[in-house]
Amino acid sequence: MGVALSTAVLLAAALVYTSFSASSEAVRPSQLVSHADPGRSYHLTGKVVDGSIHKAGGTMFFKVRDRDAKSAARAVEIRYTGSVPDPFKDGREVIVDVRKGSGSTFVGAPDSLITKCPSKFSAKKQA
Amino acid sequence: MAVVGRACLIIAFAVTLYGIGAAIHGARPGNRRFAESARRAVYATAGLITFAFVILEIAFLRSDFSFATVATHSSTTTPLFYKAAAAWSSQEGSLLLWAFLLSVWSSVVLTITRGRLRDVTPYATAVLLGFAAFFIGLLLFSASPFDTVAGGAPAEGTGLNPLLRHPSMMTHPIALYSGYTLAAVPFAFAIGALIARRIDAEWIAATRRFALASWLALGIGLLLGARWSYVELGWGGYWAWDPVENAALLPWLTATALIHSVQIQEKRGMLKIWNVSLTLATGTLAIVGTFLVRSGILDSIHAFVEQGNTIAWAFTGLIAIICAGSIGLVVSRRALLASEHRIESLLSREAVFLMNNLVLVAITFVVFWGTFFPLISEALTGTKHALGPPWFGKYIVPLSIILAVLSGIGPLLSWRRATAVNTRRNFVIPVGIAVAAVAVSLALGSGHRPAAVLMFGACAFLLGCVGQEFWRGAGARKAMSGESLPVALVSMVRRNRRRYGGYLVHAGVALLFVGIAASSAFQHVTTPTLQVGQTTNVGGYAIHYDRPTAGISTHDGRLEKINLGSDLTVRKNGKFVTRLHTERGYYPTDDASLGVVGRYFEGEQTSEVGLKAGAARDIWSVISPDTDPLKNVIAQGDKVFGNAKNLPPQMGAALLGQAITGIVDRYKRNPPPAQFRFIVSPLVTWIWLGALVILFGGVISIWPPPGGATRRVRAAYMARVGRESAATTQ
Repeated sequence: MGVALSTAVLLAAALVYTSFSASSEAVRPSQLVSHADPGRSYHLTGKVVDGSIHKAGGTMFFKVRDRDAKSAARAVEIRYTGSVPDPFKDGREVIVDVRKGSGSTFVGAPDSLITKCPSKFSAKKQA
Repeated sequence: MAVVGRACLIIAFAVTLYGIGAAIHGARPGNRRFAESARRAVYATAGLITFAFVILEIAFLRSDFSFATVATHSSTTTPLFYKAAAAWSSQEGSLLLWAFLLSVWSSVVLTITRGRLRDVTPYATAVLLGFAAFFIGLLLFSASPFDTVAGGAPAEGTGLNPLLRHPSMMTHPIALYSGYTLAAVPFAFAIGALIARRIDAEWIAATRRFALASWLALGIGLLLGARWSYVELGWGGYWAWDPVENAALLPWLTATALIHSVQIQEKRGMLKIWNVSLTLATGTLAIVGTFLVRSGILDSIHAFVEQGNTIAWAFTGLIAIICAGSIGLVVSRRALLASEHRIESLLSREAVFLMNNLVLVAITFVVFWGTFFPLISEALTGTKHALGPPWFGKYIVPLSIILAVLSGIGPLLSWRRATAVNTRRNFVIPVGIAVAAVAVSLALGSGHRPAAVLMFGACAFLLGCVGQEFWRGAGARKAMSGESLPVALVSMVRRNRRRYGGYLVHAGVALLFVGIAASSAFQHVTTPTLQVGQTTNVGGYAIHYDRPTAGISTHDGRLEKINLGSDLTVRKNGKFVTRLHTERGYYPTDDASLGVVGRYFEGEQTSEVGLKAGAARDIWSVISPDTDPLKNVIAQGDKVFGNAKNLPPQMGAALLGQAITGIVDRYKRNPPPAQFRFIVSPLVTWIWLGALVILFGGVISIWPPPGGATRRVRAAYMARVGRESAATTQ
């Protein structure tokens, strides 16, 4: 029993320790616009700005704004390569891991872009 | 009809409230009539909810847009199959499905246990009716499926989200919700047993099959979700540690632990407190799972707190009551939950089962922590942090390797104490197979992924253990009965369904783990942009873009979607392997601001994956066509049709059809370079195969044993109950 308990305590401690160092801060676009440390990874959640998606070769550019923002004034421009889930389109809520790039553009981690589970949009629509 | 549906819910709500009171009153000695009445209240609730559910289904099938939920989740162009499934694509519809399934399982368990467990059943009935009252309350006061559209029914509905148009939409939600609701049954009986102080093996024996059924249903739901993600979602993965996935995994993990540890209580009278706790945890996590999926709490804690989301608050209250009640009951009854025996040796089946349980609970805890970390970190530090798949992998991978090894060891050891000689004899062959598997995978050049190699070794060991058990068991039976080997194998499984079904599950888990380890460690992915005639290389395969494809699918004479895609040829070392076809479907949207023509291209889009699945590797492809060069033509079309408002409708429709056909043909004649995503992954098929073996083994375990065996089991069980009641009355 003693062995089991100490293993459990060790595991829990490792869990707590690594989860804080391995996690990335979850932010909204407007927070990134105000402040972003270079080299740090952020977990960005927001809505794709209408008409902002364009592609150049294998790279995609788009802007993300706050979920409840009326305008795209405090939106973040993102450069992204990799897989794009089917639901990705204008106005859709997305989550992407980003780092500060050159200028005001943020670079998305390849293949990190996800959209909310489809069972969620239908729930959102009526809300 | 909406009025009738709502009336059903109101009556059902009243019946459940009455039933709860009757059940609690009926738990006292001499009040048996009230307990009976409460049971009938459960049947009545089931009948009323079923009727309400049928009314909603009929509204969907008839496209009755006077129902608000039908108008926003279905349309006349939605195929019949998806009209039926659209009923539970909404919040209110899925809550009604939950209540419906719960009431059905409650009725089934109360019918089975009729006349037995007289002290426990009334409380269990009250708990089950409590859950029913909660969900019916939500349907009445928060998310009503029977709201009608103000100002009359619209002519056409919004339609079902195209992404949800997949055959598993019919089965995946039902499987998951069955799993969640089935978990409520053992939960309710555990609470009943604790309140009534009847903590013997009887309540476990009565509800063990429900725990197993819940485990099985959640497993089917998880499998279908993973499969849907792989073939439909256009990113090529099957698992992403998404909260919605984790929600179903959590109760599945604790249920897995439970169906192992109840065996120790049945055989040895140990781990009572552990079993009760696992049962309560599984039931609670099932509610937490429903809560995660339905409240959207993890999306936005702020919206949740500030806007006062009724459903989220109601669930939070329910979960708080469940947790406090469960913990309070277990603590107050801890004296009754003491073990009858102690573990005698680490080299015994019960010791290994216990370790396997601890590993499963550790995995549950890791998944729970990772899922709720955004909330935990926000509560602790004020800023919200999120954990990604690599963090999960760091814990889950080593724990899974240990789990695979323990699953092999456990069944080979005897209860109480295994002798060293026996142990050595049992483990020679499996260990030999494991060493061989590690050697082979190292020889094939897998040395740079040590975790995967270890997993291959662990799974080979597990398969060796299971294979040896089947071989020896069937051999022994053949020698005793003189049957041929296949006949001996079948009759052996028939007579020990629980045991050999369990072994099959272990074999399936081994296949599944091998598939996951291989496909995540040795996957090749590329996302090239190709012109017609170009070739790209991925994982040793050359994929050639042969020709573009473009077409229009119609349903009942209306445009359903536009398809732009490609034909591909795959070769290896110059030799033909397969042809693939992948395309992207563009569904029209009702958003008029996008233009008369534009709305056909700017709506929802779905990928049709081109997949060549094989025993050794999958070749997976998806295309994202570039529609930018068509934008000018589409804009011209919008302008022309925007100005020509005076055209007779029929003529306009015909011209619009021609215009769209023209644009589609233009794409085919003059295709711009398209972006592809190709994945070559080894052993993905093993995942689906392993999952099917698990489900098959689960069905064998749950199947009632043949008559003779039932009598034997029942006799042994009655003897045990007798011993235990003698022990508790002393």
